[in-house]
Amino acid sequence: MTTLDGLRGALAQHGALDTGGWLASAVARLMTDPDALERLFPAAGRHCGRAPLREAPGWSADQAARALLLAALPPDRLPAAVEAAYRQGDAGEKLAVLKALPLLPIGDAAVPLLGDALRTNDPRLVAAALGPYAARLDDAAWRQGVLKCVFMGVPLQRVHGLDERADAELAAMLDGFARERRAAGRPVPADALAVLDLVAAPDLAVPHRIAPLEQDKEG
Amino acid sequence: MRIFDSHIHMTSRTTDDYERMAAAGVRAVVEPAFWLGQPRTNPGSFADYFDALVGWEPFRASQFGIHHHATIALNPKEANDPRCRPVLDLLPRYLEKDGVVAVGEIGYDSMTPEEDEVFAAQLALALEHDLPALVHTPHRDKERGVERSLAVVAESGIDPALVTLDHLNEVTVARARDAGVWLGFSIYPDTKMSPPRMVEILRRYGLERVLVNSAADWGRSDPLLTVRTAEAMLDGGFTEDDVDRVLWRNPVEFYGRSGRLSLPETDPGEAVAAGGGATFAGNSILRGGA
Repeated sequence: MTTLDGLRGALAQHGALDTGGWLASAVARLMTDPDALERLFPAAGRHCGRAPLREAPGWSADQAARALLLAALPPDRLPAAVEAAYRQGDAGEKLAVLKALPLLPIGDAAVPLLGDALRTNDPRLVAAALGPYAARLDDAAWRQGVLKCVFMGVPLQRVHGLDERADAELAAMLDGFARERRAAGRPVPADALAVLDLVAAPDLAVPHRIAPLEQDKEG
Repeated sequence: MRIFDSHIHMTSRTTDDYERMAAAGVRAVVEPAFWLGQPRTNPGSFADYFDALVGWEPFRASQFGIHHHATIALNPKEANDPRCRPVLDLLPRYLEKDGVVAVGEIGYDSMTPEEDEVFAAQLALALEHDLPALVHTPHRDKERGVERSLAVVAESGIDPALVTLDHLNEVTVARARDAGVWLGFSIYPDTKMSPPRMVEILRRYGLERVLVNSAADWGRSDPLLTVRTAEAMLDGGFTEDDVDRVLWRNPVEFYGRSGRLSLPETDPGEAVAAGGGATFAGNSILRGGA
């Protein structure tokens, strides 16, 4: 998993973390003036760029910069500031907050934000809500999130720790989904079937994996 | 043909419209915050609306390959309701967003003292946030409305080249041009301005600082009237390059003053013609992620 130091290194490679530069000054300012976040957080992309960071796969420069801005806040201000940055953020800002959550000393305080992200219809936010911080999400909400990915076409490889957390209940839900799809003559995504394969669920009330895979190619 | 609709209320349109616009060459839009028909009664209602303009609506547009930007403001009509006045306190945080390219629509509806106050306060916000301003001119008593709007603009100290006066017509165009502001024209099916009348105005006043938009909203309107105007220009003897200037390069130049435009990739020749490449004045080409 990416760390804050990893993001710092990646941004430094990118030339976005130079002494006296915008990001370094913003980080220093937030330590003593946390209210400045409201104006600094949205502006990160305009100053640090938005290029993907090769050294931090899955992160872009603006997202990494925003994570460092949040990490610079005094710990006692962090929960309220993170919530405001998310609630008042555009899609890009919300995405950056969600990605930063597992890197921040924030405990369970930001779990309600995951609930909000999982209610949206933006696949980027739904996927980001199921990152490492989703370990703090209760099982029912997490399973609903995984199902939502299947419906929205978000690849299940984006769900952090799926293989470890997938349980019989998730398998039952995916099985129901697969049966509905087949009844409708529509294809079942291969990654959903793979999860069904993975979860040995002998105590399932309904047997799963009935239909052979070949049928899916017809859809 | 590439079209930049510089003023269109996509919140009021369906995905069918996005599909038809994309097919007809519309590749970028600016959606100004405005009156929703039903009066709002509290600032929270505006916050949700502004959030949609920088959140849900750009996402919806992106699914059709259209680059969506917004202008944010308390509109003149609702400036008259004291319950909505605290919206002014919400604006600074929205005026920092990546997708926000101007303060607007501001200006006059009925030219009340309340509208005076809110108009001036929002021009000050444009200066503070280094953004252009989109000024709606009133439908009733338009000539005096334009005169009074220009006076408020002059008093604010904002550079007239950072201001568009929108919904102009044959009667008001010359005065606005002489004041050095940008000239906005909203083309409607049969009321305020039509494609043939627009072509006549372009013949008479030239292409400089002219913005043509469809303003399509929840009323009788047509999101393809930018395209119809472009066709009318070609039929009327204007060149492809003239059309590109009015319906692409001009809005890029005006809203590009924000430094926040995010535009579809153009071929190098087009980029040069548009006055910029991938990093022109801080505006990005094909911004990734959000």
